[in-house]
Amino acid sequence: MIPLSHYLLLSTALFCIGVYGVLSHRNAVGILISVELMANAVNINLVSFSRYQGSYLGQVFAVFVIALTVAEVIVGLALVILLYRSRKDVLVDAASDLKH
Amino acid sequence: MVEQIGFGVIAAALLFSALRVVSAKNLVHAVLWLAVTLSTTAVLFVWLSAAFLAAIQILLYTGGVITLMLFGVMLTRRTEGVRIENEAAPKRSGPALVAAAALFGLLAAAVASTEDLPLEPSAPATIQQIGRSFLTEQVLAFEVLSLLLLAAMIGAIVVARRRDYESGPQARVEGEP
Repeated sequence: MIPLSHYLLLSTALFCIGVYGVLSHRNAVGILISVELMANAVNINLVSFSRYQGSYLGQVFAVFVIALTVAEVIVGLALVILLYRSRKDVLVDAASDLKH
Repeated sequence: MVEQIGFGVIAAALLFSALRVVSAKNLVHAVLWLAVTLSTTAVLFVWLSAAFLAAIQILLYTGGVITLMLFGVMLTRRTEGVRIENEAAPKRSGPALVAAAALFGLLAAAVASTEDLPLEPSAPATIQQIGRSFLTEQVLAFEVLSLLLLAAMIGAIVVARRRDYESGPQARVEGEP
């Protein structure tokens, strides 16, 4: 049998790939995609714990995480479209008007 | 033995597609690789005998989020036919790699040093248990979640709507003969 730690390491690796994407990308949609990767890694964690502990609560919580992520994508993309309309690009470095 | 090979194949597909998501130069390719990652995750959920969650994953993530993302990409590009840039910023790429690798080292060490992690899976959760939990012990969270989705929907419509009325009545009169 595959021990639980293998699943945890897999989801850790996916989460860190997502962290790299969030930190390095300039395009706001690219950052949203990387956030999706991170949420997905969290779900793998929850489901594998639920499987190995014999509890259904992990899966219940994973459904909540999925729904929250969908809500986040909806609002995030609306903001990106608003940003595009006012600046004609969606690069997060360029949108620093409040700093100056 | 078969199990190890199966898990290895799924894990390799997940990691490869996730790396392609963050390294793709074209944003549309990144979204499509994300679809591969999310579908492979659904396969992993079936592997972990969480069929209900795999169905939710396909319906909401691969069906809904990918479509939304593609809309987002298409609506925010400047001109037709131009490649949609998604390259990592050169001066941020190195530090981001270091930070992500350090975080991975930290979390992997935490996983490795935890001693009493279970080695064998126990009885899988049934859909009946999950559904009953939603409508009994988690019913408050369930209702709050539906309220949140409604708020997100209304919020997105309000934020992304074109505000023609803000240009004032003067602008509208000009266009008329």
